[in-house]
Amino acid sequence: MTVTDIAGRTVHVDSEGFLTDPSEWDEELAKALAEQIGITLTEEHLRMLRFLRADFTTTHETATTRRVQAVGGFPVKQQFALFPQKPAKKMAYVAGLPKPHGCV
Amino acid sequence: MKSLVVLGAGTAGTMVVNKLRSRLARDEWRITVVDQDDWHLYQPGLLLLPFGAERPEDLLRHRSDFVPPGVGRVQARIDRIDTAERTVLLEDGRAVPYDQLVIATGSQTRPDQTPGMLGDHWHRDVFDFYTLEGAMALRDRLADWPGGRLVVHIVDLPIKCPVAPLEFTFLADAFFEERGRRADVDITFVTPLDGAFTKPIASAHLGGMLRDRGISVEPDFYVDHVDGPARKLVSVDDREVAYDLLVTVPLNMGADCIARSGMGDELNFVPTDKHTLLAVGYDDVWVLGDASNIPASKAGSVAHFSAEVFVENFLEHISGRPMTHAFDGHANCFIESGHGKGLLIDFNYDTEPLPGRYPVPLVGPFTLLEESHANHWGKLGFRWAYWHLLLKGRPMPVPTLMSMTGKKKEVAS
Repeated sequence: MTVTDIAGRTVHVDSEGFLTDPSEWDEELAKALAEQIGITLTEEHLRMLRFLRADFTTTHETATTRRVQAVGGFPVKQQFALFPQKPAKKMAYVAGLPKPHGCV
Repeated sequence: MKSLVVLGAGTAGTMVVNKLRSRLARDEWRITVVDQDDWHLYQPGLLLLPFGAERPEDLLRHRSDFVPPGVGRVQARIDRIDTAERTVLLEDGRAVPYDQLVIATGSQTRPDQTPGMLGDHWHRDVFDFYTLEGAMALRDRLADWPGGRLVVHIVDLPIKCPVAPLEFTFLADAFFEERGRRADVDITFVTPLDGAFTKPIASAHLGGMLRDRGISVEPDFYVDHVDGPARKLVSVDDREVAYDLLVTVPLNMGADCIARSGMGDELNFVPTDKHTLLAVGYDDVWVLGDASNIPASKAGSVAHFSAEVFVENFLEHISGRPMTHAFDGHANCFIESGHGKGLLIDFNYDTEPLPGRYPVPLVGPFTLLEESHANHWGKLGFRWAYWHLLLKGRPMPVPTLMSMTGKKKEVAS
């Protein structure tokens, strides 16, 4: 685990930059995280991120793309439009959640 | 008299009734296993069948042959589980009450979940090999296929036996090479993952093996639909992969009766405590094998290792003692790589597959993450152990929890 400064804040991250302590996250930090991967957050992005955060508190797992569609109601197409190429990974990164382990 | 009901007489369910019948007093516990049919399919054999290396009749046995005396069998389709009433409702109207329930209803392939996958082209130029029917149809197609673009594709994770699509790809490469037809075949591996496999070190090793064989990889591909008439896969972000022969692993889902019971996640897998194997929110429902959502491979080895932990926890739990055993996510998978060789991987929740020797350090006979003939013979020999030891709940010569002994630590680049 490493400590890094993002947007003037000290946060704990893993070797790939994913936050390791979800409680260090807020929507201000999300904006800075999004900028690091070339995304400017809009309200549409934030609605998705809020779902991921809320879902994580009950399941303790980062939601998959399929779950964000099935349970959150955000179509996969929209996820790809807002978080291009790798939506599951990018959404987790910006939401301050562990990288989805996609499976095993 | 108390009642233990096991749903599913597949790998996990069969093992469990065998192990528990000898551990539970017959005048205290009745055990009943429910399944919709009496055919037990040796699923690892489906990988080799398309290449003509298996006969379908050798992969099937009667489930009832593996259910021990003293265990009741019910052959019926399950409608739903009523957890409030502690009753399993069957489609034929019967009700089976339980004091403790084990859900072992597995995972099924669902081609109907991807638009365009089913149609006239299904089992003509679009195939699965996770069903006996699909593997046999593919065998017949491969026998006289003139060559062209072969695409091996995974719809989404999790899937049963997550290494199987890679193995299929390696075996296809060897199959065409041995017949002098490799130059006529272009092979592409299409995956929703960002590389060959889920775990970094194994992904690097296996990705290198694909490269060495001239197989291209199309990563981060989330399929939107199959265009059967135009013979192409189309992704959600509008990428296209053309094929002449598509071998796909359809979406894997848990049983529909789980959804009807309101007990499943978005893929009908049951949320399960990954250490105790109790269904989340219940103290009388357990989930074993592919039916659970634990973050471990959907594989027979996981069913086996978790069943060992489950039996001890179950016996403690029903006698009112705290559960002292915790499943570590241990998985152990042979990977066929073609030309009579294979790899072996051994890992758990916290430790990814590493190189080394197994099960005896430095000696083996199996090599971890490295091709060898011994691994291939190990995979073939495993079938005997499956029917004669594993299903019958007899001891297997491998440890239940993963061990670091014999493994070399390596850092993913």
